[in-house]
Amino acid sequence: MELFTNQVLAGIATGAIYACMALAVVMIYQAIDHLNFAQGEMAMFSTFISWQLMQWGLSYWAAFLITLAFSFVAGIAIERILFKPLAKAPVLTNVAGFIALFAIINSSAGLIWDFTIKQYPTPFGSSPFLGSQLISTHQAGMIGVTVLLLLGLYFFFQYTRIGLAMRAAASVPESARLVGINTSWMIALGWGMATAIGSIAGMLIAPVVFLEPNMMGGVLIYGFAAAVLGGLSSPFGAVVGGFLVGVFENLAGTYIPGVGNELKLPIALALIISVLVVKPAGLFGRHIVKRV
Amino acid sequence: MSAAEEVVAEGHQAVEAVPKRAMTLGTGTSLLVLAVLLLVPVFVKNFVIFQMTMLLIYGLAVLALNILTGGSGQFSLGQSAFYAVGAYTSAVLMEYFNVNYALTIPISATVCFGFGYLFGKPALRLSGVYLALATFALATAMPQLLKLNFLEHWTGGVQGLVVTKPDAPFGLPMSQDMWLYYFTLIVTLAIYIFSVNLLRSRSGRAFMAIRDNEIAASSMGVNVALYKTLAFGVSAGITGVAGSLGAIAVQFVAPDSYTITLAISLFLGMVVGGVGWLPGSFVGAAFIIFVPNMAESISKGLSGAVFGVLLFLVIYLVPHGARQIAILGQQFAGKVRRN
Repeated sequence: MELFTNQVLAGIATGAIYACMALAVVMIYQAIDHLNFAQGEMAMFSTFISWQLMQWGLSYWAAFLITLAFSFVAGIAIERILFKPLAKAPVLTNVAGFIALFAIINSSAGLIWDFTIKQYPTPFGSSPFLGSQLISTHQAGMIGVTVLLLLGLYFFFQYTRIGLAMRAAASVPESARLVGINTSWMIALGWGMATAIGSIAGMLIAPVVFLEPNMMGGVLIYGFAAAVLGGLSSPFGAVVGGFLVGVFENLAGTYIPGVGNELKLPIALALIISVLVVKPAGLFGRHIVKRV
Repeated sequence: MSAAEEVVAEGHQAVEAVPKRAMTLGTGTSLLVLAVLLLVPVFVKNFVIFQMTMLLIYGLAVLALNILTGGSGQFSLGQSAFYAVGAYTSAVLMEYFNVNYALTIPISATVCFGFGYLFGKPALRLSGVYLALATFALATAMPQLLKLNFLEHWTGGVQGLVVTKPDAPFGLPMSQDMWLYYFTLIVTLAIYIFSVNLLRSRSGRAFMAIRDNEIAASSMGVNVALYKTLAFGVSAGITGVAGSLGAIAVQFVAPDSYTITLAISLFLGMVVGGVGWLPGSFVGAAFIIFVPNMAESISKGLSGAVFGVLLFLVIYLVPHGARQIAILGQQFAGKVRRN
């Protein structure tokens, strides 16, 4: 039993990483209706910026805030410069654009900061949390930040005018335009917010997985899986999905014989797909009603 | 986020509706391309012949994806898994059972068809992003599955298997590379003709009806479940043939040659070639084979960035891929003829 609780706790701790990333994935999906394959690389780049700022002598929180602002602006810039011209192109062409963006960011980060693994500081410390060996204060802090982000987003989307406008622009663009919402800028805003959330995720993840250009590869896959599992239309679902994937993965690694580290990912994905076969819109997603 | 139901209006679809006439080349152009493909190897070095072989092989794999996505409107990031199954089927048959290389190709086509058909069954309930994730899972799982201990006896584990390259038959005065090229060309031609005819047949029309409007298709009496899984099967079968040919051409199979990167490359090839335009598959294959090399020669450290920029250029200039150029060319030719 103790093994089980410990594994669940450890799963929740890694799940926090996935939840963070999944939140960013869902944000951008809400705004642009696509999964952004370059999301992880954008988060990685932001994290490198904050690392660089700290190397230049800034404090953690100063670097954190500057990076946040930078990511927000960069997200909007990427949308305006690279993806707005593709707005009328087929969906699959857009996906190719994300892959191109992925390659560009990954390769540039490798050239600027090279591929050696770097330590990244944590503001929460890394002593055991509440006497548990499995969950550190950093991981607890990460869970806390994720929950705060989720609450913040909930209030933003539910109770502010601009949040409402963004929702409208994402779900029924034509009607939104008719009532005077600038849908094109709402998309840009969505990019900005998703990039900023991604950068928070990156900065929280970096102390755990260490900083390097490929740090997001695995995390993004789990983030996608978590987002899809929870339902792409629900930020709350994304966070729950993140924790579930973390726990799934750990339990599969412990209890299914012969699984080990190599097969953790396929098993986790297989489980998620089984869930999707039963509930095709994810656990908390809304069913999309098609008008014939 | 909101309590209101999300309603997707009609006409909002992931894959463009390409009419079947627009999916192929005219007879004259096809014969011209064939003549070039037949003659060029006589005049070039072995390495170039090898590259052309790979171009045909990747072209086949992209064509398979094109039938699935451009034809039936289903999206797959798992093509590398089918490619791997094809490659391993051939390699194992050739190395352990001494089966002739040419015979392994129909066998791996059948094996992969079955595999794809079975995979298509649970995938039926998923569409769009969810299907993408499911196929993606298949692609990430495949290299790990091939490394499994109890399969190691057959697959060679991480080390993989070495495949012998076949000699030209009947004492033809040809190098191995050249013979393999012509062999690949024959298989490619056969599959290309099969695909064109498939899309023009009743089944092809069913695929396209499902792509354009699933509800309308089913109300017209199209068995949606059957044709969707069939499209997966056919696509997997053709990808499997490409995998077999690839294994024979490269003379080596290993789990890490068939990662998700391969699936993404094939996807890019389809987009660059034009979704739903079969000849474009080979243009797309040329893109994914030559452009990364080009990017490497422009800048070693930044090759990824150069590749990304080139890809962006292509999708800006021709968002519909090579098909767009072909259409422009046709219109231009039409204008010249009228004057």
